[in-house]
Amino acid sequence: MVDKTQRNKIFGTPETTFLNHSKGFASWAFTVDHKRIGIMYMIGVTIALFLAGFFALVLRSHLFSFDGQGLPFYGKLSNADYNQMFTLHGAVMVFSFIIPSIPGALGNIVLPMMLGTKDVAFPRMNLASFYLWIIGTGCLLAAILFGGGLDTGWTFYTPYSIETDTGVIYATFGAFILGFSSIFTGLNFLVTVNTMRAKGQTWFKLPLFIWSLYATAIIQVLATPVLGITLLMLIAESTLHIGIFDPRYGGDPVLFQHFFWFYSHPAVYIMILPAMGVISELISVYSQKRIFGYSFIAFSSVAIALLGFLVWGHHMFTSGQSVVMTLIFSAITFTVAIPSAVKVFNWLATLYKGSILLNTPMCYALAFIFLFGIGGLTGLFLGALSVDIHLHDTYFVVAHFHFVMVGGTLTALLGGLYHWWPKIFGRMYNDTLGRVSCFLVFVGFNVTFFPQFVMGARGMPRRYAQYDPEFQIFHQISTIGAFVLGFGILGAFLVLVHAAFYGKLAGANPFKAASLEWQSSSPPDFHNFTHTPILNDPYDFDALVYDEELDTYISREFADPAKVPPRKEPVHH
Amino acid sequence: MIWQFPTLTALQSTEALEQLAIKQRVIDSSLGGTVPEYVLERKIETSNPFNQAYWFPEQASTYAESVDSLYMDIFFISLVFFVAIVAVMVYFCIVYRRKGGVIAPQPSSSHNTTIEILWSVLPSILLVYMFVEGAGTFWEMKVPKTDSEEIQVIAYKYGWQFIYPNGDTTSELHLVQDQPVVLKLQSKDVLHSFFVPAFRQKQDIVPGRYTTAYIEPNKAGQYRLSCNEYCGDGHSKMRTACIVHVSQEDRLANTEWKKPEYSAWENGEHLYKIHCAGCHNINSIAGTGPALNLTWNREGKTAGGEAFKANETYIKESILYPSKKIVEGFGAEGSISKMNSFKGILSETPGGDIDHVIAFLRYLQDPDSVSSEKLKDLPEEKPAAAE
Repeated sequence: MVDKTQRNKIFGTPETTFLNHSKGFASWAFTVDHKRIGIMYMIGVTIALFLAGFFALVLRSHLFSFDGQGLPFYGKLSNADYNQMFTLHGAVMVFSFIIPSIPGALGNIVLPMMLGTKDVAFPRMNLASFYLWIIGTGCLLAAILFGGGLDTGWTFYTPYSIETDTGVIYATFGAFILGFSSIFTGLNFLVTVNTMRAKGQTWFKLPLFIWSLYATAIIQVLATPVLGITLLMLIAESTLHIGIFDPRYGGDPVLFQHFFWFYSHPAVYIMILPAMGVISELISVYSQKRIFGYSFIAFSSVAIALLGFLVWGHHMFTSGQSVVMTLIFSAITFTVAIPSAVKVFNWLATLYKGSILLNTPMCYALAFIFLFGIGGLTGLFLGALSVDIHLHDTYFVVAHFHFVMVGGTLTALLGGLYHWWPKIFGRMYNDTLGRVSCFLVFVGFNVTFFPQFVMGARGMPRRYAQYDPEFQIFHQISTIGAFVLGFGILGAFLVLVHAAFYGKLAGANPFKAASLEWQSSSPPDFHNFTHTPILNDPYDFDALVYDEELDTYISREFADPAKVPPRKEPVHH
Repeated sequence: MIWQFPTLTALQSTEALEQLAIKQRVIDSSLGGTVPEYVLERKIETSNPFNQAYWFPEQASTYAESVDSLYMDIFFISLVFFVAIVAVMVYFCIVYRRKGGVIAPQPSSSHNTTIEILWSVLPSILLVYMFVEGAGTFWEMKVPKTDSEEIQVIAYKYGWQFIYPNGDTTSELHLVQDQPVVLKLQSKDVLHSFFVPAFRQKQDIVPGRYTTAYIEPNKAGQYRLSCNEYCGDGHSKMRTACIVHVSQEDRLANTEWKKPEYSAWENGEHLYKIHCAGCHNINSIAGTGPALNLTWNREGKTAGGEAFKANETYIKESILYPSKKIVEGFGAEGSISKMNSFKGILSETPGGDIDHVIAFLRYLQDPDSVSSEKLKDLPEEKPAAAE
């Protein structure tokens, strides 16, 4: 029991926070505070999301008619324009948005606080990571402004990427730099989790979000250099004609595909693992239930990270690689399904007998389970060799990976933002409008991508600027869905931005969450904690009690002993 | 142009489709595309997604049926899991929803090793089934029958050329029902991919390599054939038709054949005399290099003991990079071959010099395996590209 003034100082509304302890442009631009860097990342990736989302709406509008729909203020896109649209959509979404989104924005803010520490292990490297993100994204955009655009597809497949006269060198250099940004974040997280955990915080007392970020960081550090090398070789090939990937100089285009997917398949897990971590937190907190099967979820993250390195060949079933290799890759691919399914079953079991609050973040979490369920299960069709031969590079694949990347990662990002928003900005959002945004995202998403499964199975190839008229009705439904989805995402961010400035004060721990970041004030102090946080089990919600005076949940140790109810369950250690 | 708000059009009726097809044809020809008479192979047969016919174009190859049935198996397995997951989720969210803002979770176990191991292991059995079924059919797709007809496919920006055993060429693919066919695919420029949805077959076409695809068409009709690997501005124009004829006679009569100007093997012989005859004999006796009449499809060992089969890929590589795989007895492993590289001398273009030399090597073994058809005799002077 600490005395009341001290308690109110810790959990009450603070006067100085990391947001206002210093002012001015330089105080942000040169900050080494992980929370401020996280917010800058959040703004950056959101801009990237809206930019790439704009490209998506342009290309979806074009596809409204089988031979190209005229667009307002522009007219009909040429095939070259269309190719640029889908390339830029993919490249910006993947390299500038999805990969840095959850680790860069949420991970940066939450990870050190979950460990009860002041900052990440290398704060300057953290800031460097963000600046590399800006430079890398700038290079990608330079491809549009100075390079004549980019029309290779985000995969940069050779020899087309060597032949084309668009800004491949700008864009690959951008992706190269963004790779370093990702490595810096990953390395920082690895060292931070290894060396800076709170006293007594053993590995199995870490929140599952940390486990997932840790598994992600392993991939970022081990796989990203391969992409970097590959892209440098591509630049060398385009300028010096060495003969690595281009058959005209004695190179082999399939080699590029091996190199590219050796990174880009693990990168899929860089995108989805942090999302799974966020969902583990949300499901547990909003059911007020200890997460079911903690160690299975924790180890499944690591299993996914490791297996993810062994399945890159499943992107190349039709490339002409040997039959035996293809069989092996198919077999290993199926094994990845197991740890993913384990997580879903564990989340469901966590809901059992919980006290489920259906607020905005929880709605996003439930939407995640629905959409990731479809994304994961459709992966089975693509893992089965004979079926994949038919579905490879059709709209079925497009729908599948959007269900995982958007239905999975984007909904988890939004859910996570809504969950931690009151902690970061100290203000609560409008829950009704938040849930409306979630509903729009959910409906819009399904309307956009579900028809694409049908088109794909019927043989509609991807990256087609014109297509057979029989597919038109599906494309039209898909386009309408895309606009609903766009408005949903826009709405979700408007609700958040409004809340950050005008929301009601939220209190230190409005959701009765048990991980350490909720033991700080909202917004947190510049140093995160003004006291030494008390190490709880991150899923022991019974360790928290409601305090009427502060109108928030605090640890039993801080509460007035006279008012503390007896513990419901024995304490786990 | 005044922009109008687009209207939603269901293009389901045959009439509407045909009208659009005509429009499409006009567009294609105006862009100089190579899309032939538009092919409308498929009408949507059912609106019931639980029926296989909803998901797929018609089946026109021997293995299409097993691809579709595995797809439907996975579909139903996924459906069961998905419905179960969502039903449990919704049920829990209703039954255990927080009432009146009172946080009251009921005590329950937070782990149960038996259950967790069971739900990890049991679904794996289904995964094994999917793998085995998929791999089995894949094997079927990959191993051609011996009596297959061999057709060369040359993909380029943005069109197709098909070269038949008799040397004739077409820009659509003409097959015969129940006649197995092996496609030897080559690209003149960038990556392309051969895709005929009705056959459930797809194969990337990699420049600098020969890839193969095996098809056994079992239903006559016209099907869509499209490029499935992004190849540039005209990617979506790179569509043509695949026509499966009821019989060989029907195919001969109803196809617009383009006769080759020269016979491939004769040009190959010509190139042989200019470039190869100094070192390579064709009388079974080895010269400085191996005898070429014994070369085609021979299985042998390199100086380093590596097994090879003298197929197109091997021969092309040996002409362009002779030191890579030196045949046992013709030099030490890792040494520089006595043969010069013919890169830049013989054209690597698909259907060009190297393919002609290969045709000549095949002719030496079996004169009936290659066609002698041509429009005119080779000119006296050296043919194009031969220096």
